[in-house]
Formats: sequence, C-alpha cells, structure tokens
Amino acid sequence: MINSLDPRIAREQINEDNTIAPLTEMDNWETYEVFHQKKRGEQHEHVGIVHAPNNEMALLFGKEQYGRRGISVNIWVVKTSNVFASDYDDADIFETVPNKQYREAGGYKVMEMINKYKKENKEK
Amino acid sequence: MYGNAYIDPNEKPLSILDGEDPIKLAEFEARIARGEKIEPKDWMPKEYRKQLIRMIEQHAHSEIIGALPEGTWITRAPGFKRKLALMAKVQDEVGHAQLLYSAAETLGKSREAMINDLITGKSKYSNVFNYPALTWADSCVIAWLIDAGAIINQVANAKGSYGPYGRALDRICTEESFHLKYGHHNVVTLATGTPFQRQMVQEALTRWWPPIMHFFGPSDKISNHTTILMKWKVKMATNDDMRQQFLNMYVPKIWDLGLVLPDANLKKNEETKLWEYTEPDWDEFKRVINGGGPCNAERLAVRRMAEEKGRWVRAALLNKSEKYVTPLA
Ligand SMILES: [Fe+2]
Ligand SMILES: [Fe+2]
Repeated sequence: MINSLDPRIAREQINEDNTIAPLTEMDNWETYEVFHQKKRGEQHEHVGIVHAPNNEMALLFGKEQYGRRGISVNIWVVKTSNVFASDYDDADIFETVPNKQYREAGGYKVMEMINKYKKENKEK
Repeated sequence: MYGNAYIDPNEKPLSILDGEDPIKLAEFEARIARGEKIEPKDWMPKEYRKQLIRMIEQHAHSEIIGALPEGTWITRAPGFKRKLALMAKVQDEVGHAQLLYSAAETLGKSREAMINDLITGKSKYSNVFNYPALTWADSCVIAWLIDAGAIINQVANAKGSYGPYGRALDRICTEESFHLKYGHHNVVTLATGTPFQRQMVQEALTRWWPPIMHFFGPSDKISNHTTILMKWKVKMATNDDMRQQFLNMYVPKIWDLGLVLPDANLKKNEETKLWEYTEPDWDEFKRVINGGGPCNAERLAVRRMAEEKGRWVRAALLNKSEKYVTPLA
C-alpha cells in the first residue's frame, strides 16, 4: 500500500503493483483542430488540437486548453478528419512567376513617365 | 518542467543515416540550415522522427508526473491565495502535457501508446520527480528552481526545427513565467520570514540541490550522434551549457537571500566565466532514473490508478463509429 505524503493519494489506498489493462486505440477519442479569435475584428487562428468524444466536449476542452488566460473572445473546433489540406510537397502550386507582375501593385510604375512629361513640357 | 531527454548511454549507436534517400536528406538539411521549420507531413529521416518522439514524449510525461510532487501540498497550502495559485500552476502543468502529447502525436505515435509506455515504466520522465516534496518549502523550491531549469531548456528547444514542438513550447513558456515568479515569491517569503521558516526553506534547498544539479543530465558525449542532432536542430544546447546558464542566473539569487548551497566547491571562475562545482553523483542519477528512487513506484501507481478510474467515463462518451486521424499541426 502506498503511504503517500499527499493525503488525497493516501486515501485511495493504492497498491504499488496495480497493473492495469493497456489503453486501447480511441481510448482518448479522436482529435479536433482548435481555432481561436483573440479579439473581435481579428481572424480566427489555428492554435492546436484537443482530443474529444463530441463537438461540445471539444469546445469545452478547447476553451480550457487554449483560452485559459483570458485571451479569446471566440473559439471554433473542427474534427481533424473533416479538414482537407494541401500537401507540403505541393508547395510549388503557390509559386508565382515574374510575368504575373500585372496583378501586383508593384507592377505599375508611373513616376518615370510623369517626370519625362513634365521635363519635356518645361522645355517648350 | 523538464530536463534534457534522457538517452540511455548503453543504447547501441545506430547507423543513423542508413537507408535514407540522399536527395531528400540533402533537401531536409538545407531547409533546416535556412532556418525553416519541418512540419508533420514533411519527409524526415527516421532518426529525426524517433528522437523527436522520444524527446517530446518524455517532456509530456515530465509535465504530468511533475504535477504530483507539487500537488502534494494543495490541500495544505498556507492560505487561500497560495492554494489557488498552486492549483492554477498544477493545472497549467497538466495542460502542458496535453500540448506536448499533441505535438508528439503529429509524428505518428498515438497518445494511448505514449500513456501505455509511461505507466509500464518503458518511457522516462524527468528524474527530479522521483523525489518527494517533504514540506511546503520543498514545493516552493520546485516551483522556483525546477521551473527555472525547465524554462532554460524550453526556451532553447522552442527554437528547434520541428514546427509543432516549437509552437507548443512558445505557448508553454508564457505560462512558465507565472510559475517562476510564484515560486520565487514563496521562497523569498520563507527566507525573509521567521527563523523556523528560514530553516524550512534552507533544508528544502539542501535536499533539492543534488536533483537540481542532475536536472540537465550528464555531460554530453561528443559523438557523431550529438553532432547530427544539433545540426538537425533537435538538440539546441548541450547539457553542460544549460547547467552553466542555470547556475549563472540563479546561484547569485539564492546567495542574495543568505541561503547556503551544499557544495563547498561551487564558485564562478572569473577567468573562464564558468561555474565550478563538485561533479554530481551520476551513479545515483542512473539508479533513480532506472526505478530505484524514493517515489518512482508511487508516481506510476498513481498514474495507473487515474487511468483506470477514468476509463469507464471515456468509454461511455466514445462514439464507436468515429476513427482516429493523426492531427494536422
Ligand atoms: Fe510546465
Ligand atoms: Fe511550470
């Protein structure tokens, strides 16, 4: 019998060799991805995961795990199995080639034309 | 709270890079060299995955077991405010375990498998928690100095290459700053209190100094293995470097309070800027980490009891049609 310094444990009268059956798959349930919003007006941001048996418990655990220091105003949980994600190996799908400057603000330069115009008009 | 991952010195050195695709390995190493992070679904060498699982898992176990010696004093904390603070700290530590188990899971080891390895004694956790918190003052020394050591380790590891581990550690480090301040406040209260309080904290410090010196682990063997783990940014500082950093930050603060450390050789060498100390008893460390400490049996028996008692609740809530999917990040 364990004679613990912790009265809560001593009360349980635990044996040192209290072997138990191993945990089996899904004992800790499936996982949810957690998103929180720190402030109204900001985007929700992914903060991590929780294990939970259903949506409500996922929300409860998510609040406890990621909102414990009063830095959230809202929280979303989504089953990991419901997230369809791109692959890091396919990161090249995001690559932009230089000839797509036409869709960037930096692709439009006018000062040179304006200065040239002004200079030519002064000379007249 | 945590020291560096314990790697059994008798473990056969693996041929670390055996069978790895040289092109993928080069890309992987180049990414780390550029300071980019590795994410869960990325290709990674087997040894990188194995070491990270071991390290993060041991870290998670340390958080959850570390809650036990401190939890010992929740029922008898001196005063309501300290009781609330200690409960909050213990809850944080258990939360840290959750964050770390989640990070380890992204590498492919299930949470259930990690818990099984903990409760059967297969996985290690930080050796300091195999010692008892004999008095309230012991819990104060733990909260201050063990958490201080943990912060040094965690701040270093937060800059490591594995994305999910770094993100979990950033979150953890924020909470640890409260633990450190809370612990320091308690120690200062005792050290500046009545003669009896002073004696109590001095005795606790004397008891905890050897485990604290063990905390960062034995000097690293300079091996190929260590070099590769450092190149891969799995291991971010040597055990001795972290121990030096700890001594440099905290010994002066301890001496400021007029407390005495039980090592006559402890002093800073002003030329080398390094601390000198009596070499910790590493045989004692090995004896305790392999099961021979005063509390090893209790710690694991308590975890088994908790798992067993919660089992029917978890089973009752389980929706049997659901399937486990490895978390994304
Ligand atoms: Fe912690
Ligand atoms: Fe802590």
